[in-house]
Amino acid sequence: MTQQNRLTSGGRIDRSTPLTFTYNGKQYKGFKGDTLASAMLANGIDVVARSFKYSRPRGIVACGAEEPNAVLQLGATEATQVPNVRATQQELFNGLVSASTNGWPSVDTDVMGMIGKVGGNMMPPGFYYKTFMFPESLWDTYESMIRKAAGIGRAPRERDPDTYDSINQHCDVMIVGAGPAGLAAALTAARGGARVIIADEQNEFGGSLLNGTEKLDGKPASEWVRAVVEELSRYDDVLLLPRSTVNGYHDHNFLTIHERCTDHLADIAPVNQVRQRMHRVRAKWVVLATGAHERPLVYANNDVPGCMVAGAVSTYINRYGVVPGNELVVMTTNDYGYQAALDWADAGRKVVAIVDTREAAVGDRTEAARQRGLNIISGSAVIEVQGTKRVTGVSVAGLSASGTKVIGSVTKLKADTVATSGGWSPVIHLSCHTGSRPVWSDSVVGFLPGATVQKQLTAGGINGQYETAIALQEGFDAGQKALAEVGLAAANVVLPETEAMKVAAPMSLFHIPHLKPTSQAPKQFVDYQTDVTAAGIEIACREGFEAIEHVKRYTAMGFGTDQGKLGNINGMAVAAKALNKSIPETGTTVFRPNYTPIAFGAIIGRNCGALFEPERYTAMHKWHVQQGALFEDVGQWKRPWYFPQAGETMQQTLNRECLAVRNSVGILDASTLGKIDIQGKDAREFLGRVYSNAWAKLAVGKCRYGLMCGEDGMVFDDGVTACLGENHFVMTTTTGGAAHVYEWLEIYHQTEWPELEVYFNTVTDHWSTATITGPNSRKLLAELTDADVTNDDFRYMDWKQITVAGVPARVFRISFTGELSFEINVQANYGMHVWEKLIEAGAKYGLTPYGTETMHILRAEKGFIIAGQDTDGSVHPYDLGMGWCVSNQKPFSYIGKRGMNRSDCTRENRKQLVGLKTKDPKQVIPEGSAAVLDPKGPKPLEIQGHISSSYWSETLGHSIAMGFIKGGLDKMGETVYYPMADGTVIEAEICSPIFFDPKGERQNV
Amino acid sequence: MLHIYCPHCAEYREEDEFHCAGQAHISRPLDPEACSDEEWGEYLFFRKNPRGLHHELWVHAAGCRKFFNMTRDTQSYEIKEVYKIGEQPSVVAE
Ligand SMILES: [Zn+2]
Repeated sequence: MTQQNRLTSGGRIDRSTPLTFTYNGKQYKGFKGDTLASAMLANGIDVVARSFKYSRPRGIVACGAEEPNAVLQLGATEATQVPNVRATQQELFNGLVSASTNGWPSVDTDVMGMIGKVGGNMMPPGFYYKTFMFPESLWDTYESMIRKAAGIGRAPRERDPDTYDSINQHCDVMIVGAGPAGLAAALTAARGGARVIIADEQNEFGGSLLNGTEKLDGKPASEWVRAVVEELSRYDDVLLLPRSTVNGYHDHNFLTIHERCTDHLADIAPVNQVRQRMHRVRAKWVVLATGAHERPLVYANNDVPGCMVAGAVSTYINRYGVVPGNELVVMTTNDYGYQAALDWADAGRKVVAIVDTREAAVGDRTEAARQRGLNIISGSAVIEVQGTKRVTGVSVAGLSASGTKVIGSVTKLKADTVATSGGWSPVIHLSCHTGSRPVWSDSVVGFLPGATVQKQLTAGGINGQYETAIALQEGFDAGQKALAEVGLAAANVVLPETEAMKVAAPMSLFHIPHLKPTSQAPKQFVDYQTDVTAAGIEIACREGFEAIEHVKRYTAMGFGTDQGKLGNINGMAVAAKALNKSIPETGTTVFRPNYTPIAFGAIIGRNCGALFEPERYTAMHKWHVQQGALFEDVGQWKRPWYFPQAGETMQQTLNRECLAVRNSVGILDASTLGKIDIQGKDAREFLGRVYSNAWAKLAVGKCRYGLMCGEDGMVFDDGVTACLGENHFVMTTTTGGAAHVYEWLEIYHQTEWPELEVYFNTVTDHWSTATITGPNSRKLLAELTDADVTNDDFRYMDWKQITVAGVPARVFRISFTGELSFEINVQANYGMHVWEKLIEAGAKYGLTPYGTETMHILRAEKGFIIAGQDTDGSVHPYDLGMGWCVSNQKPFSYIGKRGMNRSDCTRENRKQLVGLKTKDPKQVIPEGSAAVLDPKGPKPLEIQGHISSSYWSETLGHSIAMGFIKGGLDKMGETVYYPMADGTVIEAEICSPIFFDPKGERQNV
Repeated sequence: MLHIYCPHCAEYREEDEFHCAGQAHISRPLDPEACSDEEWGEYLFFRKNPRGLHHELWVHAAGCRKFFNMTRDTQSYEIKEVYKIGEQPSVVAE
């Protein structure tokens, strides 16, 4: 393949390093230094996409982040697929594989034409809103068609083999953009001794200075760029980030930079290198030197491949040595458009005409064109383009002075490229990210950054200053200002001399009129990516959408992956004209992060796979794994769920584990329960205020169960607290509630009762807890301690400091199973040792490890609640039948007391926790099932409550359930029904939730 | 992401280390039993949601674990001041 549009010399490409790439299955050649777009243009590839609604062929129009059409799918393998890559920003590498996305079955065939036409007719402005009003059944048809046709790209179906990274950065000055303004700011700030980060989305610094033929100090501008970059790279405190897009500007000068470290090297990052890195920067001051995007003009058939923005044409010629056509027509409203014609002529190709919408413009660039003898047609416009897959010619006509009407006759010219310039739109995106509203400037003919609360400076193109001399000066000023703001002395910088250019005033013109009214003229595209036309915007305005934000949503303008970088201002101008308003009266434009699409990999960084969420393990975790335990996530903890043996079903395991506890002894790893150490002379008083029951008389050496309620009186946590000393307690919480309870204690202490002398410390991870439970648990404990653990000396609800298996232990004689139980707490480092000693000594009793599921069954047999399962924030202690755990004798109005006495909490017929015994003992009611009184009654049936806990009890030989029933505590013995989704009904009798050992004798033995 | 000055640690830290705990200066009634249901409901459930200055309670959860107050503009996210529990703001929401 020849590169027919490649110049033999010039540009910043390396002709000695040819690269091979693939586009839609065909191989082409480019050079090192090319973007994918410049290489495609060099090879004469005109069509890069089919449009979203109308399936029209589309070509490359721009050369940077603003490109709306050349949005490609990259990747040589399934795993390395990357959607939404702008060819204008992707550097070429050898072996790059690319494909168009919105061309099904191919961008070059017209198969889509017919469907596209149907689609176009079916998708007027407001299509989505109108369509949703059609029968729902049609939507699937529309959607599948749109998805197939639209350029959405696709995610890889396989795991991304690359590594992504993130890093936190701090600096005095963050400079966004390394064009003339950014480089001048960086040089100034760096010389002044500031910590500087300067980032630019392109592969090399220089910005607009690399795209033209301008001279600085009489030499090519690139030489000044090279000298500045060399100096900057010598400072230790200056970080230079090429290939790095500042994608978000967040509150308090926090910025996110998306660095593409190796995207330019290969399909997969080289060994030991990351593909992309996210920098999270906190900057004292920010200098936005983001430049400007050139606006194309809106004219009939302006989407035919070969229609480009003027500055992009210059850039392809000067930077990449590519002339993207043979015969050029320029249409411009300003002096800058002339540059494309000058560069084109310098490249030795034919300039057919420069069509200037202004009457008589006299600036240095217009004069240069005149002197070169280029054909300048003033006071006129290209009103229409001919061609389908490539421009073949243009229609030129005179314009009225205001630019609103075509006057005079139409001349047809032959051309294959149309370069337009409607002026420039400052790149204000980042300044908008933090909520600043941009303001319109009539002199700039564009929006400028608005007032901001950020420590933000702006310089150059973003301020509507497009002359290099001014951009350099503004960058220098911003650098000095930043130095002063961070307390550093002014720097000594001499700016290079520029060639002063006289610039004539631009004309404020966006939408070129046609002979026919807009609605009947050939399509005049405003937003290429979403296929929004000037006629579409007029329709939206006619249908009553006046605010630009509504027009945008109704037409989808600006909703593509390019966020309407090229089209938004033109769209506002069309709307303003239709509404007979000025652009600022129509509204303003707002941009949101991210500036350009970003890979999920860069966002997640290393926090994927096993590192996605922290996992907490107990000291005995390894043992559980070795025993083949299955695990359950409880908060971030991995808790053993059950310990299956070979050949067992889950239910068989649970049955075996339950029976072992009831008949001999079982062992549970209870280390994950939250533990809070509470000390201070007012600790006891504090406990009385945060628990619903009494704590005044709890003696040293004793434990007590407590319920914790919110101010609304509703239970949110529970647990046992032990009195370690007169002013010293240890509180246990649920595993999942530990952090919340801890903060709860702190907030009340710090904000309400700072006068109480009490201190809290979370000690959950300091302790390992092995709970042995069952009739043989005392015998087992006695084997590992010399202490007296007889019932006479170690009573139920006592705790003792003793030695177990040779290490100091706090042993709590409390029970969550109803059996004789000991909770052995040792320093976490001893956890495994004690556990293994217990297992060893317990063998003769058939000591059986069990997990959370058996724990749940055993406690449900006893009617013990689990906060969070049998409570849901709407039940108070009396609803739970736990009035015994509420003390109304306490002098202080503890948290929850006033709440549970609100009228709604004391009314009749509240849902109350009861036991439920199925008529068929083998039936286990699914948790969450709703109770009704008469399943055959008129619908809707009145719900009486629901099942909160339900299990098979092997010990009892029947199912057991706990659940809520309206007024349930007064309905013992009555029948309720649980209708199932399959039409069957489970019948159950309301009973006490204490199914096993109702007198509680077994825990006291 | 906010950059927050903890008045206890006396330095700026990232928002990751903090939790917002809702509106500041909501005092628990000294005698809850004397409150009507309506008064108790006001204390429990009703909170401001201003566009503009808002006094908020924050906690340096992954730091010193201390609570403090913050006056923040909910529109611009500017933090006007931070001050300790028991202190009064010098910049006051209207
Ligand atoms: Zn702190």
